[in-house]
Amino acid sequence: MTIAPERPITGTLVEQFELGLDAPICLTWELTYACNLECAHCLSSSGRRDPRELSTEQCEAVIDELQRMQVFYVNIGGGEPTIRPDFWHLLQYAVDHQVGVKFSTNGVRLTPERAQFLTSPACAGYVDVQISLDGATAEVNDYVRGPGSYDMALTALANLQDAGFEDAKISVVCTRQNIGQLDEFKALADRFGATLRLTRLRPSGRGADVWDELHPLPEQQRELYDWLMAHGEGVLTGDSFFHLAAFGEPLPGLNLCGAGRVVCLIDPIGDVYACPFAIHDNFLAGNLLADGGFQSVWQTSELFQDLRSPQTGGACAKCTFYDTCRGGCMAAKFFTGLPLDGPDPECVQGYGETALTQLSLAGDRMIPAASQDHSKANPTRNQPVMLTLGRRPELLTVPTSPPVSACAENPLAGFTPTSS
Amino acid sequence: MLDEAWILSPSVALRPEPFGALAYHFGNRKLTFLKRPELVAVVRALGEQPDVRSALIAAGVPDAQHAAYADALAGLARTDMIRPRSEGVAA
Repeated sequence: MTIAPERPITGTLVEQFELGLDAPICLTWELTYACNLECAHCLSSSGRRDPRELSTEQCEAVIDELQRMQVFYVNIGGGEPTIRPDFWHLLQYAVDHQVGVKFSTNGVRLTPERAQFLTSPACAGYVDVQISLDGATAEVNDYVRGPGSYDMALTALANLQDAGFEDAKISVVCTRQNIGQLDEFKALADRFGATLRLTRLRPSGRGADVWDELHPLPEQQRELYDWLMAHGEGVLTGDSFFHLAAFGEPLPGLNLCGAGRVVCLIDPIGDVYACPFAIHDNFLAGNLLADGGFQSVWQTSELFQDLRSPQTGGACAKCTFYDTCRGGCMAAKFFTGLPLDGPDPECVQGYGETALTQLSLAGDRMIPAASQDHSKANPTRNQPVMLTLGRRPELLTVPTSPPVSACAENPLAGFTPTSS
Repeated sequence: MLDEAWILSPSVALRPEPFGALAYHFGNRKLTFLKRPELVAVVRALGEQPDVRSALIAAGVPDAQHAAYADALAGLARTDMIRPRSEGVAA
């Protein structure tokens, strides 16, 4: 007969967190897959509403359960959550049930009237607003978030400020194009009396399509780390840069992967995933409608039990920095085709890049296919057009003879056979 | 502090966890981890006991550790997780 090992009650907080908690600390709830924008790097491949989306009553029942479990606040996102007609009702319902709300929005519905509601006693100072902005200038922002999205975000920030809403957050996904704008972002936040929040670009959802182009270069990782070390106290990061801890000193916050341990995601149809960056069947713990409620999924799902059991560091265990970065982000590895017990693709010691190169050379790099996609089927006017004018890279296509007609490029152009 | 009367702030909720508890302050929205079950017992006992020392004794904390627990409680006081109790309002 085997007896389950007793959970140790001593140990550091991080060690305790790795064993999991009775309820999440940081719960993300995406209320809808519908979105007015079509950001190129959307983590949840949002666009179209899912017809199975939880009803108002079902959402209220989730909030009741979160109150019973003492989940003190929830991060609401989407899609664009505010385009759900019952969004403001659910916000009020959560606040009235001791579940604080921090919601992320692109600002589309943040009118002066809504800004006033958010500032009013009805919200009891229990609501946080995050406006997404991925460039400190319209040029950089709109390239990935779509035309007009910069102005929309700034209008929302101005409305909040005019209504006297204190301490809104400007939420930035750090990319190759905006790492150089960190000081400008800070100035923008100061201008609106807001706090800057920086998070990591993940290769999840549509992010997988643009990760190679947008993820920060190694020297930019260093630039970001140095900037965070200098400004860390006044800037939020959602603990998302713990892979940078291997540069030396850990950044403020919990330096661990919280997936399924202290963090999880409820999606618009009630599916529960290990983390907001891991919307994929491999990280699906269950469904709160089908599997007896959120508490049951959180506490008993096989996947979460597994994530809470001691993990081996795999190839990373012998690295001197393993204790600081803990192997990095599970989702970032998975969606770039790296093994989960290997290095993070953006490992600052360079092991991730090496691993990716080795896999590619061996022809073994398999990017997992998306399990689901709510992207709009046809392009709309809000879609970002990620094109820039430039010269043709000289490495490519040096045809040996001119094409016979304008549309007949040699299919073998640039292919140089090697003899063996 | 040991001879003073203290109480858990009315805006704070304690959520039991395997290692102790999570303390959440609904007013200032600070989240704090109470890393020992004994500390949770002390914090809960504060309001029922005449002073901090009695709460420590009630929670079974040995005398030798009272100073260390007083430090931990002072830390909780800095974020208003616990607050001094004025005479006559004992819970």
